[in-house]
Amino acid sequence: MRVLIIEDDDETAEYLAKGLSESGHLADRAATGTDGLAMALSGTYDVMVVDRMLPGMDGLSLVRVLREEAVSTPVLILSALGQVTDRVRGLKAGGDDYLVKPFAFSELLARLEALDRRAIVATKTVTRLQLADLELDLLARTVVRAGRRIDLQPREFSILEYLLRHAGQVVTRTMLLEAVWDYHFDPQTNVIDVHISRLRGKIDKGFSPPLLHTVRNAGYTLRAPS
Amino acid sequence: MRLRNAVRTSAFRLTFLYAVVFAASVLVLLAFLYWRTIALIDRQAHDTIEAEVRGLAEQYEQRGLPGLVELVRQRALVGNGDHVYLLTTPSLLPLAGNLERWPDEKATNGWLSLTLSKMDEGRMTPHPIEARSFLLPGGFHLLVGRDVHERGKFRLIVLEAFAWSLAATLALGMIGGLLLSRRVLGRVEQVAATARRIMAGDLTQRLPRDRSGDEFDRLAAILNGMLDRIERLMGGMRLATDSLAHDLRSPLTRLKARVELALLQRPDAERDRRALGDVLEQADSALLLFESLLKIAMAESGASATELKPLDLAALTRDAAELYEPLAEDNGIILRVAADHPAMIRGQGELLAQSIANLLDNAVKYTPAGGVIDVSVTAHGQEQVTLSIADNGPGIGAADRQRVLERFVRLEESRSTPGSGLGLSLVDAVARLHGAGLSLDDGNPGLRVTLVFPYAVGEAAAPPTTGRSLSPPPTAEIALRPLTEAVGESPRTPG
Repeated sequence: MRVLIIEDDDETAEYLAKGLSESGHLADRAATGTDGLAMALSGTYDVMVVDRMLPGMDGLSLVRVLREEAVSTPVLILSALGQVTDRVRGLKAGGDDYLVKPFAFSELLARLEALDRRAIVATKTVTRLQLADLELDLLARTVVRAGRRIDLQPREFSILEYLLRHAGQVVTRTMLLEAVWDYHFDPQTNVIDVHISRLRGKIDKGFSPPLLHTVRNAGYTLRAPS
Repeated sequence: MRLRNAVRTSAFRLTFLYAVVFAASVLVLLAFLYWRTIALIDRQAHDTIEAEVRGLAEQYEQRGLPGLVELVRQRALVGNGDHVYLLTTPSLLPLAGNLERWPDEKATNGWLSLTLSKMDEGRMTPHPIEARSFLLPGGFHLLVGRDVHERGKFRLIVLEAFAWSLAATLALGMIGGLLLSRRVLGRVEQVAATARRIMAGDLTQRLPRDRSGDEFDRLAAILNGMLDRIERLMGGMRLATDSLAHDLRSPLTRLKARVELALLQRPDAERDRRALGDVLEQADSALLLFESLLKIAMAESGASATELKPLDLAALTRDAAELYEPLAEDNGIILRVAADHPAMIRGQGELLAQSIANLLDNAVKYTPAGGVIDVSVTAHGQEQVTLSIADNGPGIGAADRQRVLERFVRLEESRSTPGSGLGLSLVDAVARLHGAGLSLDDGNPGLRVTLVFPYAVGEAAAPPTTGRSLSPPPTAEIALRPLTEAVGESPRTPG
């Protein structure tokens, strides 16, 4: 995917661009708000990374202007400010996700891929999600695999739903915590891992092929072998 | 200089103002008194003269002119110069009386004032006379008057007395104001001096109190309380930075050692990669420590105090318990949750969720397999809401139960388990922020942590800001913009 990085700190921008290109994506950089805005308006990007503190025009104003210009490219806001109010402001300005510095690159990458415009378009209004022989009925809240009904608790269903919506993408533990529990802190123990292993036990055990995979140092992904 | 300062104080200005107001009231009173006394005397004098004139007029009617002349002559003789009489012909030719001629002064309403020079203590002094002129039938003029010299003297005495009273009032008021303001200034100067010492670095200083219960005393009490809190916070900060320095040294030293070792050795891609992985872990661990400390500091300083919103503690607790349920099960622990009825409190969802998570984390960590963790949220009438998390693990000894709330404190027993020692400190800070009471008790066996929150009365159940499932008609927006919902922008029906 094509990523626009608007970040004034050269080292961070370099680090992001390198990381993204090594992951197979195309990255463009802008070091000021005004440059970034110009590039965002003229180019076609799948996702943008915007730092909150920018010279020229601060990140939130930039996003606001973009939204006013009906540019709907997903934006991930990067900031050292991590309070709830800061997050709210960022999202209210039109951001789609908010990541606090310092962050793990794998986290950023996973979130960017989740925001990818093409991915969003693909799953707009659906009542059923499917991957290989796994089916989720979102209205009836039922899960079926290979024709067999699987009983999931509400949270397990939500976790699976999120994974399925991001099928093929890396989903980090933080993303799951935010999406399913709305928690923005990091519980010290590996609570999410246990949820995942339980889920795996229900949807992968006794079925073939395994769909729920662990991505080392990143998170999890639901993927059917090609 | 001191006098200038004294004059500038509010105390003085107020007293001065009051003195002026009081003096004005006194003035009004004195004016009233004057009117009542002097004026009364004047009126009486007038009335007497009037009566005499009428009496004489009657005599004239009864006994005619000769009779009146005789009467006036008699009276003029008897009078001691204080009484003035004059009877004249229509052409103002004196007939009887002790006045030489008719006065030139004009009469108003029959009254006129004239001056006569009299011998008074060996000197000729002018005496004022109040006289009534009367026109008798036949055209004769009658004048009856009184010397009001004495009265004038009396009036002067009274006026002088009043003036002195007024002056005294003002003067006393000013003096009183000065004295008062000096006293006030003294108190203010005390406060200022103490404050100066505090600013110079001596935080142990406190304002002197005289236990009088007056405003200054109350102010001193409040300021002392504030200073206590500041001293505590500074002490806490000192402790925190000390502990921080100490505890951060470990991961950073390990990090440094790891890097130095890797640099010393021959390059080996595999080994170096592992080293880098370790370094990353250590860096993360240090960053996490900072994060936690920052959060605790923010909670303690009450920075988010203004963002307390009504929320259902029972729902929040259920969500948190759901997060830890699989972990508990994996560890062979039974997690029981009794939080079925709504329990409204005012709170900050995120901090509360993290606190409950910390407590559950501890409970799971320290309860052995086969143990039980009981979580309950109960509303007591409309007064309080109690959150309790009890385990039947080894518990915490009575001696340690207070200590364990401090930052970085980890008890001996838990040295081997991972943890920063900040979990309970956060819970403590969050409890204080919410005005909730936190207590750690013996679970017999185990530990019971109880938080008692004040009930939020009359609040409509707001949508829980944390913990919602993705359930109802999911649209792409919900799943792919989780954070939009996360901040509670629009109410969603509970899952």
